[in-house]
Amino acid sequence: MLHTFDAVIVGAGGAGLRAALAASPRCKTAVLTKLYPTRSHTGAAQGGMCAALANTEEDSWEWHAFDTVKGSDYLGDQPAIDIMCKEAVDAVIELEHFGLPFTRTEDGHIDQRRFGGHTHDHGKGPVRRACYSADRTGHMILQTLYQQCLANDVQFFDEFQVLDVLISDGRAAGVVALELATGEVHTFRSKAILWATGGFGRMFKVTSNAHALTGDGPGVCFRRGIPMEDMEFFQFHPTGIYKMGILLSEAARGEGGILRNDKGERFMERYAPTIKDLAPRDMVSRAIQTEILEGRGIDGKDYVHLDLTHLDPEVIDEKLPDITEFARTYLGVEPKTECVPIQPTAHYAMGGIPTDVDGRVVIDANDTPLPGMYAAGECACVSVHGANRLGTNSLLDIVVFGRRGGEHMAEFVQDVDHAELPNDADEPTREMIDAILDREEGEAVGQLRAELQQTMTDNAGVFRTDETLAQAQEDVDEIAERYESIAIDDHGQTFNTDLAEAIELGFLIDLARALVAGARKRTESRGGHSRDDYPDRDDENFLKHTLAWLGDDGSIELDYKPVKLGRYEPQERKY
Amino acid sequence: MKTTVKIKRYDPDIDDVAYWQDFEVECDEMDRVLDILNTIKWEQDGTLSYRRSCAHGICGSDAMVINGSNALACKMLVKEAGSSITVEPIRGLPVVKDLIVDMETFFDAYKSVMPYLINDDPVPDRERLQTPEQHEKFEDTTKCILCAACTTSCPIFWTNDEYLGPAAIVNAHRFIFDSRDQAGGERMAVLGTREGVFRCRTAFNCTEACPRDIQVTRAVEEVKRAILFKKI
Repeated sequence: MLHTFDAVIVGAGGAGLRAALAASPRCKTAVLTKLYPTRSHTGAAQGGMCAALANTEEDSWEWHAFDTVKGSDYLGDQPAIDIMCKEAVDAVIELEHFGLPFTRTEDGHIDQRRFGGHTHDHGKGPVRRACYSADRTGHMILQTLYQQCLANDVQFFDEFQVLDVLISDGRAAGVVALELATGEVHTFRSKAILWATGGFGRMFKVTSNAHALTGDGPGVCFRRGIPMEDMEFFQFHPTGIYKMGILLSEAARGEGGILRNDKGERFMERYAPTIKDLAPRDMVSRAIQTEILEGRGIDGKDYVHLDLTHLDPEVIDEKLPDITEFARTYLGVEPKTECVPIQPTAHYAMGGIPTDVDGRVVIDANDTPLPGMYAAGECACVSVHGANRLGTNSLLDIVVFGRRGGEHMAEFVQDVDHAELPNDADEPTREMIDAILDREEGEAVGQLRAELQQTMTDNAGVFRTDETLAQAQEDVDEIAERYESIAIDDHGQTFNTDLAEAIELGFLIDLARALVAGARKRTESRGGHSRDDYPDRDDENFLKHTLAWLGDDGSIELDYKPVKLGRYEPQERKY
Repeated sequence: MKTTVKIKRYDPDIDDVAYWQDFEVECDEMDRVLDILNTIKWEQDGTLSYRRSCAHGICGSDAMVINGSNALACKMLVKEAGSSITVEPIRGLPVVKDLIVDMETFFDAYKSVMPYLINDDPVPDRERLQTPEQHEKFEDTTKCILCAACTTSCPIFWTNDEYLGPAAIVNAHRFIFDSRDQAGGERMAVLGTREGVFRCRTAFNCTEACPRDIQVTRAVEEVKRAILFKKI
């Protein structure tokens, strides 16, 4: 079936919904999501959204910007970071006006709490900057934005999975999507497309990411010649539930929680003497991994403890109810009296589809935009997070750049016609689907995915070397080859999740190739990319963004573009 | 340990009626029921169909009937579910395939209560003030993840799908009792109708079913009282 819209938004998490609110009143807009909007993974974000409201103590957006730049290990683009931190205040206030039920101070203002890497006076000490709603801030942002979309009659196509993008004459022309309920392939003709499909943490074995986070948006774009930026920078969150990877928010440490090793030692004092347990995530994850590698994991195993036992039980119940419930449900541990076993968990892709500050997708080292193509949120790389994202800045990113992308897109479509659709626009998608459906015997998707996740976790995780990355490259190449002959059990049309998972694995494989290739070439350590064989940051050679292109044969071609610097000169990163 | 899982299957492309199928799965008592379904799908039978996403009880995709009661498959562990587990789709909504139901009537009921903040005053420069006490009045109902576990556990809803159901009422409660909202009257007009809140017979199934531990029945009663006494 052919649909015609001015603008199509792919993904209905925070970025997609905020973009929809900006675009929908001004042009005919469709939001396509492979889930129901309220199932999006924005809902799993817990701790907060930073903005220098200064509701509880002195703060300024410049301090927030400095922290973000430093947190990014100087790889973030400073003009974009300035925009984000400056607009953060209005973004929070707007969410409040939309109805978001923030936790309040006694006098009724939005309460704020401490979070990793957020400081006052350029690193002097922690600051209360995170606006929050208990430990379900993301849930409340997702619900509130969805509610506003309903109030504004935004048109949704729920459970439509986008599998291809149409580009014609160098412009965005539309997308092709699979309607999961019926198996029907739909073509959406559109003047502009905004990608907001979130992350791709499912390429790792231990991850905080939802099953749905398979990088479909970046994967589709990558196959159509759009480069991926800074893919080697993947954040490992320090406190995932042992073995399961379920996130336990940094807010637990913001409220006073402490990490302890097997000796009961507060080991972060050694790694970050000033802000200790509230150091940025890359540093804390490395510290945990180092403790484990040096034999100080609990009982010599691969985890440490998150200790909340000294917190006031009322604080736990009021401010951390969900995450303490996770500990009870999934570990059988009572956080008020027992320590919680945690380990780093693959959490957030700093890299993704390159964009400018208006969400426009830019496709080369000169930042040339592809007209009509936009991206926002985790699937995009502006880059405001650089080599390491600070906690809470993802919720900020989706709201600020979702809005900016949506607004720019709505403006763009006013003055242009639809691009011509290529002939047989949906043919490549149909061929891809039929090839999988028609094959009776072949490689099992579940097995292949498990192998991908294992090698990525073992060889492209918190610590990397040329040797491990070479191993990952070899493994991923082999998995990619076997992927060509996958076969599935379900050959039907109705809600074929077997087929959907098979296609998703293909995106994960392509993106894993970009990650590993970029990581191998980046012979330095910076932010979330930590090389044992090159332990220092190398500004002379690597103060630059990686761009990766996918060749027809699956090979990865790399290029680089300069970091956009600003007020803050790169310095050694100490906390 | 080994667990036997009995799953209600139905594929409209093949089956005239639903049937039960048994699977044997090697698992750990700390595994989630969702992990077991995944093991079956990935290792034994890829045609098994169900919704899932976050896998830790926050996205609301995987509500199903487990051992006779509504639960999220990702929040129930094998140690609770036991070594013999039955799984079937939530009740009262049309089955699309296996454990997947058509959610449209559920979301329609939700949308009918105007689930968004309505406030026509001029927008202030900063946040609207709200004390912790005012916030407390509706905080419980903000936790709803729209998984439908409550509504599809309700015996009134089973026999009458016109009934708005507890989830819609919970979401109306979330705004009726929000000090910043000005449309409580309009929402109560919707809920005061024939298929509204007074259909509730206080069975408490909804409260038991809620994976977010929302006091659903209490919220329903608070809405009833607000309508009866015209007081919020």
